[in-house]
Amino acid sequence: MLKGGYAGKILRVNLTTGSINIEDVREDWAENFIGGRGYGTRIMMEEVDPKVDPLSEENKIVIATGPLVSTYAPSSGRVMVITKGALNGAIACSNSGGHFGPELKRAGFDFVIIEGKAQSPVYLWINKGSVEIRDASKLWGKNVKDADKIMKKFTHTEAGTLEIGPAAEKLSLISNVTFDGHRAAGRTGVGAVLASKNLKGIAARGSMGIGVYDNEAFAKAVYNARDILSKDAFSGKGGAKLGTPMLVNIINAVGGLPTNNAHDGYFQTADKISGEELAKNNLIRNEGCDSCPIACGRVTEIRKGKYKGSHGVGPEYEPVWALGVACGVDDLDNVVMASYLCDEYGLDSISAGATIACAMDLYEAGFIPKEDVPFELRFGDSDALVKAVRLMGEQESEFGKLLAQGSYRLAEHYGYPEFSMSVKKQEFPAYDPRAIKGIGLEYATSNRGACHVRGYTIGAEVFDKNVDRLTYEGKAGLTKIFQDLTAALDSTGICLFTTFGLKAKELAELFETATGIKCDKKEFIKKGERIWNMERLFNIKAGFTKEDDKLPERLANEPIKSGASKGEVADLNKMLPEYYELRGWDKDGIPKKEKLIELGIEDLA
Amino acid sequence: MKLLVVNIDKCTGCRACEYACSFVHTGMFNPLDSSIKVSEFLDDFVFVPSVCTQCEEAYCVSVCPTHALTKNTQTGVVEFDSSKCIGCKQCVIACPWGSIKLNHTGKEIIKCDLCGGEPECVKVCHAKALEFVDAEDMVLDKKHRNAVKYKQLIVEQQGVG
Repeated sequence: MLKGGYAGKILRVNLTTGSINIEDVREDWAENFIGGRGYGTRIMMEEVDPKVDPLSEENKIVIATGPLVSTYAPSSGRVMVITKGALNGAIACSNSGGHFGPELKRAGFDFVIIEGKAQSPVYLWINKGSVEIRDASKLWGKNVKDADKIMKKFTHTEAGTLEIGPAAEKLSLISNVTFDGHRAAGRTGVGAVLASKNLKGIAARGSMGIGVYDNEAFAKAVYNARDILSKDAFSGKGGAKLGTPMLVNIINAVGGLPTNNAHDGYFQTADKISGEELAKNNLIRNEGCDSCPIACGRVTEIRKGKYKGSHGVGPEYEPVWALGVACGVDDLDNVVMASYLCDEYGLDSISAGATIACAMDLYEAGFIPKEDVPFELRFGDSDALVKAVRLMGEQESEFGKLLAQGSYRLAEHYGYPEFSMSVKKQEFPAYDPRAIKGIGLEYATSNRGACHVRGYTIGAEVFDKNVDRLTYEGKAGLTKIFQDLTAALDSTGICLFTTFGLKAKELAELFETATGIKCDKKEFIKKGERIWNMERLFNIKAGFTKEDDKLPERLANEPIKSGASKGEVADLNKMLPEYYELRGWDKDGIPKKEKLIELGIEDLA
Repeated sequence: MKLLVVNIDKCTGCRACEYACSFVHTGMFNPLDSSIKVSEFLDDFVFVPSVCTQCEEAYCVSVCPTHALTKNTQTGVVEFDSSKCIGCKQCVIACPWGSIKLNHTGKEIIKCDLCGGEPECVKVCHAKALEFVDAEDMVLDKKHRNAVKYKQLIVEQQGVG
């Protein structure tokens, strides 16, 4: 029997038949795969053929919370969207903060499984354990902010919501799922999968309390964790003051900001779009997700120029990089505006920015005919940036439609796929693997395509003085441990940003005292390793091979031109074989039988 | 006398206070069973916590037919004795601020007891949007902060010393 931390039930909704079923959370799966990303992927392994078309009726979506969600464990409100991703067909898990996850859990469900396809647009109303599939014709076409407002109006002002925007409705492969109109599960095109099922959103309202296994021990673990976080530079004060954009100047200083579609690793005028400048010119106040002491969310406005009066949230570090640095744009207000637009359309702002950067690169190289684009699309042109986001979001023109499919399809269309700075078709984020070697291995091996938050080696490579960011040595082990820890952490429902302060020991304590499932730091990481290998198995079955574990050629062939990492390139081969070996995988990157037996998942191969 | 003071401009809307309150009083994490409530205004991203201010002439006390609610003149707390409560809900109707409320079952009363002098909501609030402070000190602090502005004017006009 589950002893604490879980609501205990799974909601299964089939949109083709309209059937609604309630099932029990499996105790053995909770123990082995925790919740969230782990449990959600386990469901996908059981129920979905990894070869299905991501946008077909056969694909499923799992909306997942974790055992620490709806408690006062720090930063514990994460909600995850697990599916076969639209962007690349790999196992997708994108997560978000906000208050939807906790609300869903208190409505009685740890997980929601969405199957089939509705005949016309619908949304779900999950109200204190009861479930309705409702007509969404008045919601379809609305941007995420309005969709959130209308759903709250139709259901309950205090409901938590999940919604897709116009970008997803038109099946953009880089569309996200937004929560409460302003927070997003951004990557891998999860929004398009919802749209393919005609599901505009979900509103949830709960009344059920969540209990934990050992109240006294849990309270002790929580306050210990909160105390540790309050003493860390980022989670204690920096996160609230500057938010994630505080990284702009830090990463630029080490020459690790991929600039102008990665033609360089240093952006001369990065300080004009830094966290400090954002705080000075645009920040109104900060916002916290559920139970989060860090509160890194940026509530911002534009105070001058042609977008004066616009307001919203963000941008975070990643969109500042993607829409700013990657496009060579250093006009902060335009970057902020471009970020607002991505949010409203429901576009992944990392992929959106990196795709525009790719388009600028192709355009300047003369590979995009001028007649295809209604304006000059050059690096550094801040007006072109905003116009390109609108084209991408509206998808009215052929070029807009192309942009909305991400950089890989765009570059492939024009005959130069090597211009796409992506791995497994997903654009890599704001850290340059030429300057910070380990993150390249993380990009190459991340199970959802290039990504920094599956294994944030930056925490060690940039912030730990004992780790040399420019060496390849030891990076295989570093990447593996970060990936395994994160897989477990993501499954509990705690935010990655807690790991600036918390280590496996504290996380295991929170998990064990909440659930009563015995777990020390070693076992916690082992659970993560199990989840990582399970995701790998899904991808292998989906047709991915070691050929897909690679970085864009540009990173190996074109050295960084300026800044602290001038002359550096990224050589993945100096890390990848060692990584496979450490993982217990064969030379083709396939998990060996003995590794799977050790992890107890040999039946999933 | 200490007051539970809300600094609205500091609230980040994380609602850890709601969890802390329900957990310490009921053993479960359920915002519906919390005395403190954070109202969220997403159009402007403003978050406003509301708390029971322990009225001197409390309506909830006045209307309670069984004296389940009483004002403790020593501690200042409006105390609730559930063993005397008949569930008439008059207190819930009478309170102008919604500070006394029904729990998630709609049958039991939730009343802030300031956790016996160490409010859990204050303890968990990293942003310091909630403070439990001496009322006189708080007022003095406000007066002082205002006075600093006048002091500055004088310094600017007349110079230092």
